[in-house]
Formats: sequence, C-alpha cells, structure tokens
Amino acid sequence: MKQLKQLLVGKVQLAVAVATLTVGMAAPSFAEDVEVMHWWTSGGEAEAISVLKKALEGEGVGWKDAAVAGGGGAAAMTALKARVTSGNPPTAAQIGLMGLQEWAGEGLLGDLSATAEKQSWVKDLPPAVMEGAKYEGKFVGVPFNIHRANWLWSNAKIFADNGLTPPTTWDEFFAVGDKLKGKGIIPLALGGEPWQETILLEDTITAVGGSDFYRKAFLELDMGALGSEQMVKAFETLGKIRDYIDPGAPGRAWNDATSMVLTGKAAMQLMGDWAKGEIVKAKLVPGKDILCTPAPGTAGAYHFNVDYFMMFKAEGSHLDAQMKLAAAIMDPSFQETFNMVKGSIPANTAVKGDKFDVCAQQAMKDIQESVAKNALIGALQGGAAQSARIQGAVQDVVANFFSSSQSAKDAVAALVKAVADAKS
Amino acid sequence: MSIAKRLRGSLPLFVMAPSLTLIGVGVYGFIATTFVLSLTSSRMFPKFDFVGFDQYVRLFSNDRWHIAVHNMVIFGGLYIVLGTLLGLLLAIFIDQRIRAEGFFRTVYLYPMALSFVVTGVIWQWMLNPSLGIEKLLHDWGFVEAKFRWLVDPEWAIYTVVIAGVWQVTGFVMAIFLAGLRGVDTEILKAARVDGASPWKTYTRIIIPALRPAFMTVLVVEGNLAIKSYDLVIALTKGGPGISTELPSTFMYSTTFNRNDLALGASSAVIMLMTVAAIVIPYLYMELKDDKR
Repeated sequence: MKQLKQLLVGKVQLAVAVATLTVGMAAPSFAEDVEVMHWWTSGGEAEAISVLKKALEGEGVGWKDAAVAGGGGAAAMTALKARVTSGNPPTAAQIGLMGLQEWAGEGLLGDLSATAEKQSWVKDLPPAVMEGAKYEGKFVGVPFNIHRANWLWSNAKIFADNGLTPPTTWDEFFAVGDKLKGKGIIPLALGGEPWQETILLEDTITAVGGSDFYRKAFLELDMGALGSEQMVKAFETLGKIRDYIDPGAPGRAWNDATSMVLTGKAAMQLMGDWAKGEIVKAKLVPGKDILCTPAPGTAGAYHFNVDYFMMFKAEGSHLDAQMKLAAAIMDPSFQETFNMVKGSIPANTAVKGDKFDVCAQQAMKDIQESVAKNALIGALQGGAAQSARIQGAVQDVVANFFSSSQSAKDAVAALVKAVADAKS
Repeated sequence: MSIAKRLRGSLPLFVMAPSLTLIGVGVYGFIATTFVLSLTSSRMFPKFDFVGFDQYVRLFSNDRWHIAVHNMVIFGGLYIVLGTLLGLLLAIFIDQRIRAEGFFRTVYLYPMALSFVVTGVIWQWMLNPSLGIEKLLHDWGFVEAKFRWLVDPEWAIYTVVIAGVWQVTGFVMAIFLAGLRGVDTEILKAARVDGASPWKTYTRIIIPALRPAFMTVLVVEGNLAIKSYDLVIALTKGGPGISTELPSTFMYSTTFNRNDLALGASSAVIMLMTVAAIVIPYLYMELKDDKR
C-alpha cells in the first residue's frame, strides 16, 4: 500500500514536471508563420519534413503544419480545394507537376521568380523539372525531389540461386518469368490497382516505341500515336504480363507487393523508387539484397515525377516568409537530407550524390544521360504528364483491359475514345 | 395579453425554424446547387458558365459510367430481391413460436449494427483467394477447390451482393416480423377452421397483409443500394479493374480526384432522380392512403 502511494506521488510529480517543461518549451512566437499542407506523414517522411521546419525556425519563420494523411494525397487535395473555395488557402501546398499547372491556371499562385533568380534555379534544375515549376514564364512552384517510376526491383537471392540476371528487355522478362514459374516462384509481384497497372503500360510503351513515342502519346496526346500499331503492341505486352502474376493480385496495395519481393515470395516488382522505403524498413540494402535496374526496355529513359510546393498569393511579411520557405526547400543540404529518406533524388542538381545508396546514384547518373538524349519524360501515373482527368481516363482503359479478356486492339480504340472525351 | 397569445401562436414556428433552415439550406439548397453545377463546365472549382446539358451527354458516352450503371442494376436488383426473400423467410421461421426467439432475432439483426466498411473488410478477407475460404479449403486438403469471385471481373459484383445481402437480411427480417405479429389472429383462426393449408394461409392471407411492410422494405433497400459506397470501397475498391464501379464511386472519384466537378454533379443528379423514382410513388401511395 505504501509503495503504491509512493508510486502515485511519483507519478503526480512527474506529471507536474512534464507540464512545467511543456509550458517552458511553448513554441516561441515568430514574426510570421507559414502554413503548409502536405501528405508526408509516415515516419521517415515526417522526419524529413521536420528538417525543413527547423531550418525555417532558424530564420525566424514559424511553421504551422496542416498535414492531411492518406490516399496518395487525394484526401489532402479535397481538403485543399475546400479551403481555397472558402477563401482561406494555406501558404504552400504539396502538388505534382500537372496539378501545379492546373492550380496556376486558376490564377491562385504567387510568383517566386525573384528567389529563383537569386538561387539560380534555371541552372540547377533539370529542364523538364524547371519547365514544370513555371507557368507563363513565372516560377509558381518549388521542387523537392525527382522520383523515377520505371524501376525493376529484383530479389538478388532468387536470381543468384537460379543463375538468372534481371531482364533488360520484355522478351528476357518473359523467358526469366517462365523459368521462375517452373520453380514455383511468382515472377512478378503486382498490386492489381489501376494506378499500378498503368505504371506497367508506361513501361511497355517506352519499351515498344522509345521515349519519343511515349512523348507523342502521353505528353502531346497525339491521337495518331495513341491509336497506332505500336500502342496495340504495348497493350499486347501488358496483356502478356498477366500470366506472370499471382491470383491474389487484384486490389493488393503496392507495398504489400513490395514485401512479396523482399520475403522471396515473388522475384520482381515494377514500381517507382518509393519502394526503397519499404526495402530499407525491412533492413535490406537496395542495390545489394534487392537489385535495381531500369524496367525492361526502358534503359536510357527516365519516367519522372516531382513533388512541388505551390505557393499561394501572399503579401508583405507573409510574402517574405514564403520566399524564405522556397529558398529553404531548394537549399542543397536540405534536399540531400530529405531525399535520402524519401528514396527519390534531389531536384537540385547541385547536390553531390556521394552519401546516397547505389540505386539513387545510378538514378542521378541516368537522369543526366536522359536529359542529354531528350528522354526525361513525365510519368503519367505520377501526375507529371497530364491532368488528373486524362490520367484517370487512361487508368480506366488500362484497368478494364488488364482485368478482362478485351483484345489489345479494342483497348486501343477505347483509349483513343476515352482520351478524346476527357480532352473535350 | 394579445401579444402573449400571438407569441404562443407562433411558438411552433420558432421551434421549427432552425431545423427547417438547416434542411432547406443543407439538403434542398445543395441539391439545387448540384443541379446548377451540372449545367456548367466546372472543372476544379465551381464556375458558372452554362453549357446546357453537355455534361449529361459526356456522362452517357462515358464507358466507366456505363459499367457503373450496369453494376447498379445487377447489384440493386439482386440486393433487393434476395434481401427481401431471405428476410421474409427468416421472419416466417422465427414466427413459428420457436424457443429462444429473442436470441435468434438479435443474432440475425446484428450485422445491421456493423458499418458497411466493417462488413466490406470482413468479406474481403473471407473471399480473398490467398487468405480466406479458398485457402481454408486448400488447407483441409481440397487442393483443387477454387473460389475466386472477388478477383474475377465477371463475378466480383456478386461478392458485393453477398456482403450486402448478409448485412441487410436481419433488418428486413425485423420489419417483416413486426408485420407478421400485426396480422389479425381472428382471420388466421378462421382460415384454420376452413381447412386452409399453411402454404395457402401464407400466400393468400399473411403475405398480402404484409403490404405496408413490403413497401417499407423496398424503399429502404432501394435507398441503401443506390447510396452504397463504403461497401464497395472496402470490399473491392471498384476493382478488379473498374468492374465493380457503382454510380456513387464514380461520382466521388470524378468530382474529387479527377477535378471534373460538373461531370460528377451530373452523375449525382442522375442518382438523385433514380432515388426519387423509387421514393415518390411510395410517398404518393402513402399520402393517398392517408386521405382515405
């Protein structure tokens, strides 16, 4: 009894101490706050973003977090639209490339050109990423990172045990797949959700017609390219992939598919570099335990997508704080810290890659090569090629084709119709 | 004195005013707004440039919408028919003066207490070939057993029916049970005296007497079917592919994820008209009965 009493007293004292401490640590008030909406809420990402918060506080700018978790940003976008409609936008919000252009088109965003000039963004950003940050010649967004969507992740042990190497073409992929199937291993881990299936189509399109064909089809929406024989071939390849996945695929989340590769249940996954987060979490080494190679037939091409912060129009001291936020995001040491956690590579090419893992270093090399060859192309699924409306229309066609017995030819006809509808 | 009297006279109005205002703005106001939006070309934000019925034309040339409507017919039809039949059957069985009736009633009614999301997740686990029933059968030694409706685009919509019917049947049972208890026992006695078989008693006397219960059941089920969103999201996320898309999931993703506000609004208006087509005849009949 006495012990219990002591324990209780101890607890109360502790509580009081904690309370005092909290009061003592109450956030110092800043002359100006920035309110930031994003969906980086998972452990590592939240940590990465808190680095930015500290950097800003060092410059006397307070950070008000308006994170909305979940749904790959869909929930955050809904919340953001509601806030903007009611005339109360945050200072900045996370957004993809085409989304940034759409929001800028609504005339809601401020001009960051002054900061861009001071920091030489034009020199430091890859051209496609820089163009994406601009609307009508003015900088309206600031990029954090560059993701690559066309990666093939392979379980090194499975490949070594069976004397195989990760495939570099689709023919090789199917040959490797047949061998793995013979051994009772699922060749490809796939989450059968529309967006994941669309990533596969991006890969087969580049493999069939190269980055020029991809550009014509998905960036320029050339109806001839969308309805071409090459597109039929890309869909045929996509259809063939269905023989190399397991029946549990429909509806599976992407990270569950990744963990199938990590645990050796499946041999490969076609997924963007965000899969690296899962690899690291499982205490495996990207590039060693899990090999990273470009998706079959897409070596040399770089399907990218970017996370930007768009900045809503601001005035006076709030504008100053906004500019400080933009500058802090482009700061090389922040981009290094942030991207090492995020799995992507820095948007700012002034960052040296020596601290990054092998896969990121290869990505940094590949992106320069792709810029030289004009093969740095926006990933449709990452929102870096088309508006959400057109992206969704393509997704419907791909999902319908992938899960039904529709012929590749009919799928292409449906694609042309759906894109034409969505464009109107 | 007259002021107090007048105040007392308008008191009901005072009491009703807040809820009337809320419903007027929150329900009818927004229905009107949605209809107006469906006549514009709004994309990300509302924009009031009228384009007539263009969005409806776009809607009905959209393949995904066709799939959604087609699924609605299958799901709604089976959900209502099976839910009603099974519910009626359960009610009749429970009405046979069985032991522990209260216990069974509660057991059957419980699924209705679950949210659709929970129902969806439970059935998703059970129907998933690598987790649920198929795996269980494999573990028991029936290695050839196949039960893959959930991942088969042709059949996935029927899994939604299974989960939905499982949930609604108990509720339907409760309504019918109340109806059965309301049937005049004198008539039943008379029927027995006349030597009517139980089958005849049910088909000729009891079930016709349940007409009001049938109306309630059909209207409630019709509403639930057209509104159902969370069930599909939790069970199939509209997949495999887009094979279990329903008008409600179409409306949400078009409006909020694909920045096609006007198209989403037009699909919402079509959904509302479908509900109205069910509810208005019901209301009409009810009101007519009142007058009588």
